[in-house]
Amino acid sequence: MQKKSNYDRRGFLLGSSALAGATAAGTLLPAGIASAQQGKIKVGLMLPSTGTFAQLGLAITNGFKLAVEERGGKLGGREIEYFTVDDESNPAKAPENVSKLVQRDKVDVVIGTVHSGVVMGMAKVLKESGTLWINPNGGAGAMTGAACAPNFFRTSFSNWQTTHALGKVLKAKGHKTAVFITWKYAAGEEMMEGFKEGFEKEGGKLVKELYTPFPQVEFQALLTEIASIKPDAVVAFFAGGGAAKFLKDYQAAGLKGKIPLYGSGFLTDGVLDAVGDAGEGVETTLHYADGLDTKKDKAFRLAYAKTFKLQPDVYAVQGYDAGQLLAAGLEAVKGNVADKAGVIKGMEAAKIDSPRGVWTLSKAHNPVQDMYLRKVVGKENKTMGVAWKALADPARGCKA
Amino acid sequence: MDLAFFLIQLLNGLQYGLLLFLVASGLTLVFGIMGIINLAHGSFYMVGAYLAWSLAGMTGNLATAILLAIPLTVILGMALERLLFRHLYSRDHLYQVLLTYGLILVFEELRSLIWGDDVHGVAVPALLNASIPLTENLSYPVYRLAISGVCLLLAFALYVLIQKTRLGMMIRAGASNRDMVQSLGIDIKLIYTLVFAMGVALAAFAGMINAPLSSVTPNMGSHVLIICFVVVVIGGIGSVKGAMAASLMIGLAETFGQVLVPEVAGMIVYVLMAMVLVWRPEGLFGRH
Repeated sequence: MQKKSNYDRRGFLLGSSALAGATAAGTLLPAGIASAQQGKIKVGLMLPSTGTFAQLGLAITNGFKLAVEERGGKLGGREIEYFTVDDESNPAKAPENVSKLVQRDKVDVVIGTVHSGVVMGMAKVLKESGTLWINPNGGAGAMTGAACAPNFFRTSFSNWQTTHALGKVLKAKGHKTAVFITWKYAAGEEMMEGFKEGFEKEGGKLVKELYTPFPQVEFQALLTEIASIKPDAVVAFFAGGGAAKFLKDYQAAGLKGKIPLYGSGFLTDGVLDAVGDAGEGVETTLHYADGLDTKKDKAFRLAYAKTFKLQPDVYAVQGYDAGQLLAAGLEAVKGNVADKAGVIKGMEAAKIDSPRGVWTLSKAHNPVQDMYLRKVVGKENKTMGVAWKALADPARGCKA
Repeated sequence: MDLAFFLIQLLNGLQYGLLLFLVASGLTLVFGIMGIINLAHGSFYMVGAYLAWSLAGMTGNLATAILLAIPLTVILGMALERLLFRHLYSRDHLYQVLLTYGLILVFEELRSLIWGDDVHGVAVPALLNASIPLTENLSYPVYRLAISGVCLLLAFALYVLIQKTRLGMMIRAGASNRDMVQSLGIDIKLIYTLVFAMGVALAAFAGMINAPLSSVTPNMGSHVLIICFVVVVIGGIGSVKGAMAASLMIGLAETFGQVLVPEVAGMIVYVLMAMVLVWRPEGLFGRH
């Protein structure tokens, strides 16, 4: 209420008739009218704040808010008002949760979410409502593939992207055969496809795909299978607790050091403290890494650590870039968020100066970005260079 | 699959089966013998794992941590029985389901407040931190074999306790007719408190010794809960022997299923359960 001086011209004109009531706006008027008078952009954060992915949700929120704060708390000259919904990483509740933001809170843009299943639930509702949507994590291929739409944007990755560059990496190391092991669910299968395509293009042969039901973590039978196949390399995708368990079991089964292990970057992100030396030397590809040593990354890490007393991770970067992308869109229309086509155009044209490196959007609105090769050294995913420059998701089935 | 790898997979299956028995043993007692539907079984498993992790961090030794943690979980079990479960024995099963579902939420939230939402690992005790080479590129972790030994011991101890001791006799009698046992001058309330506490301690113990193998994570309890119920249902309600047989069956089915028919590996256990229930609705070793 104290910041009434921040009215822009349009907001002032709109609100002038009810100006007398403005001081009490927050308490007396419905939220929709109140914020129109203040000219705030309404941002709906639909992220997990409870459950397994709670920390990822927090990192994304922090990253987004940091991007806004760096611009003086305003995007395109207008202040931001946040609405939040805990999506609980529950796909069944996704349509209901996103509807709360779209219909009840009438937000201008939705930011979310972590879980791919929830992402696909959001897609249905947001395709109909046409609300601007920036997804800061969930890598479901369909969002920027068969289900793509002009108002859908993603600042993270597609599952396909995270493993595609590994084909080149394995070839360069002289590996001719490989086994892929993952959970049997959409993300696992998409990463397997991404790797297979990349590896076969390089003349490699994926001799076996091994699956275990999600989220089971008993790998002994499959590790025995790997030992009997004796491939040149093993490529894996697991995340969180499953990743930690897989790395430890791989070592305990004596396979570590005999058959080199590679993976999607999530295999070694956020679990290195839990696995002792079982991760040492594992090489992965991802769009972010430790020790990038760029000016932007250093500044981001310092600012994040200072503001939140936490170390940033890849999720924080994705949230931060969601803020940057929205800023680019709103600056292009000088904060007039009602001009949706203008915002979309602004975002499409944006060159995001991210801590991960500069990236742009593909036609289907997924980042075209460098994939780093990283190697576990101690408790870090040290960058070993760029495995694939400006990798774009093929966006199969996207007709928008 | 040549013979050597077939034998290794057999070992994998049996070892996994024994692990399942360990995790399900507490539920066998509480659900199978006392007749309480305890959805919070997985939460006790999680509590055990987190206790092992935090106490092992403080004492630097998993064995000490387990020795310290077991009395804590027994006390937890007794307190829960005295304060909550005792009031529900005479009521419909639905009340137990509601109570124990509520406990899942309470324990998850407490875990989040006390220990946070991070993934943790517990180091394998130095004494058992070795692997036995089996083939040129595969070895078997000694710790897994040690756990198998513990599971066998525990199964034997449970069997003797329930079938061969006076206390076991009273427990079984109490399970079939509570009022009659009470009128014979046996303190059935105390026995129920003890059995429930034992069930909680077993679940927590499973979480503790399993902690170095499976990492310590939020929601880890919900993953084991379902398979535990499958074990008890296939084995036959109230039978320790049945639980053992069911665990080994499931262990072997999952292991060979994953290798031979990976496409349907996720279903195999449930197909097995359906088949057993069609054939013997009371489970393998259940009472009629």
